Amino acid sequence: MTDNTKNNKTEVIVVGAGPAGISAAVTIARAGHEVVLIERGSFAGSKNVFGGAIYAQPTREIFPNFENEAPLERLNIEHKYAILGEEDSTVISYRHKTQDNVSYSVIRGKFDRWMAEQAKKEGVILVEETVVKELLLDGEKIIGVKTELEEYFADIVILADGVNSLLAKQIGFRKEIKPKDVALSVKEVIKLDAQIINERFNLSDDEGCIYEIFGGPMLGMLGLGFLYTNKDSISIGLGIGLDALCEKELKPYEVLDKLKQHPTIAPLIKDGELLEYSAHLIPEGGFKKLPKLFGNGVLIAGDAAMMVNNMHWEGTNLAMISGKIAGETALSAIRQKDFSEKALAKYQEDLENSFVMKDLKTYRNLMDEAHKRSESFMGYYMKEINGFFNMFTTVDSIPKRQKFRKFISDFVKQRSIFELFKDATSGIKLLWSILIK
Amino acid sequence: MTLDDKLFTVKYKPDEISHLKPDNAKCKKCKTKICTTICPAKVYEWNEKEKNLTVNFENCLECGACRIACTHKCIDWEYPSGNKGVTFKQG
Repeated sequence: MTDNTKNNKTEVIVVGAGPAGISAAVTIARAGHEVVLIERGSFAGSKNVFGGAIYAQPTREIFPNFENEAPLERLNIEHKYAILGEEDSTVISYRHKTQDNVSYSVIRGKFDRWMAEQAKKEGVILVEETVVKELLLDGEKIIGVKTELEEYFADIVILADGVNSLLAKQIGFRKEIKPKDVALSVKEVIKLDAQIINERFNLSDDEGCIYEIFGGPMLGMLGLGFLYTNKDSISIGLGIGLDALCEKELKPYEVLDKLKQHPTIAPLIKDGELLEYSAHLIPEGGFKKLPKLFGNGVLIAGDAAMMVNNMHWEGTNLAMISGKIAGETALSAIRQKDFSEKALAKYQEDLENSFVMKDLKTYRNLMDEAHKRSESFMGYYMKEINGFFNMFTTVDSIPKRQKFRKFISDFVKQRSIFELFKDATSGIKLLWSILIK
Repeated sequence: MTLDDKLFTVKYKPDEISHLKPDNAKCKKCKTKICTTICPAKVYEWNEKEKNLTVNFENCLECGACRIACTHKCIDWEYPSGNKGVTFKQG
């Protein structure tokens, strides 16, 4: 080893100070080992965008007291599922004020920064404004990272460098990412008085509401909208499969503009002032697109590992827990002084025993089926739901039986039996793979 | 509200050189020029006169969509230098 190597050598390097990287780093620091956390932004969270919510239970696993200390926006007491037609909508709402394992809306520039500060207090060496250009290899073994300025060496490198993970790509751990494996998300944070938010969403101070939005300008596409209430702003956005955007040649911000103008959505954000526009990719490939998760001296966690549960809109929790498990794996390797691929295989085993891999596996067929049937599941049936309620609530002196029969005959006529059969098969196949095996 | 108005709300610290390098020889032949459509910050504009792609890299939101969507996979896409590029305050 050269002098330079010795000077720049630490036990673990973590690339990326998001939820996965911070969780990994703090787990290692708490056990008294040296860990350097490298972040390319000017502070942790400054390059990060999400819908909005972090989940209480997994966050407590990393920062047990965060509910009393972290910069949180609102505690979500209501989930609304809004199915938008062209003009109309059907909204299902679940409201529960005293639920245990809740979620909080947060602003990443504040929350991730807070997490990184906590990690620093617990011994993590945080290096900001530094881009890791590439991984350093000695044969097959990852021995460190090369930044813009210098080389740093470590026994283990944990990649938590986000959805674009150029580093996972460099070492060939990543399969080729296709447009259908990601969703492009655009978001606007809109300033509104807390009082107005409380009134519009029927909330008390610190209580929040989440809208998950289907249809509308995204009818027929694999795309979903979202709305989260912050203390004195609203985050509204959408994520659409990049393949669908390309195919239909859509500008994502124009689709968002249409969503904002929908009669059900527009009153919620009326008279608000745009604070910030942003964009980010969401990994959508799921289980089938997971990269190789461990190798000689390297582990991959969070979005970099494509760990998003798109059915339940979960990401930060998978990031935190995969990060934590990566940290624990690194610790066990340090104790055994063995950083080989064989020793680090424990990461995959532990992930498989956790909800992270179990959930990804449960939904392994979701995206394939959703892509195949997006026109029907995300278009036709969405329209029919609104059509049903339109029929059911209209009072026009036409006998009800006649209306029901017409609705059913239209439903079958507009869609060939063959297509209906394909939809049903797809639905059953999906349910089977989710519930049975 | 135009996209320019939206981008005006974003805090940037532009890098000196572009972190996005499309291969213009391939762009010339590209039929879709899909980057000019799907980019959420309208970074790419096709200049028909000069037959090249204008890259407004200082507007880049660093999402990575262009890299994956590019028909010819010909955008050399890197992160801007440390401390440069976009800073999200409300992400």
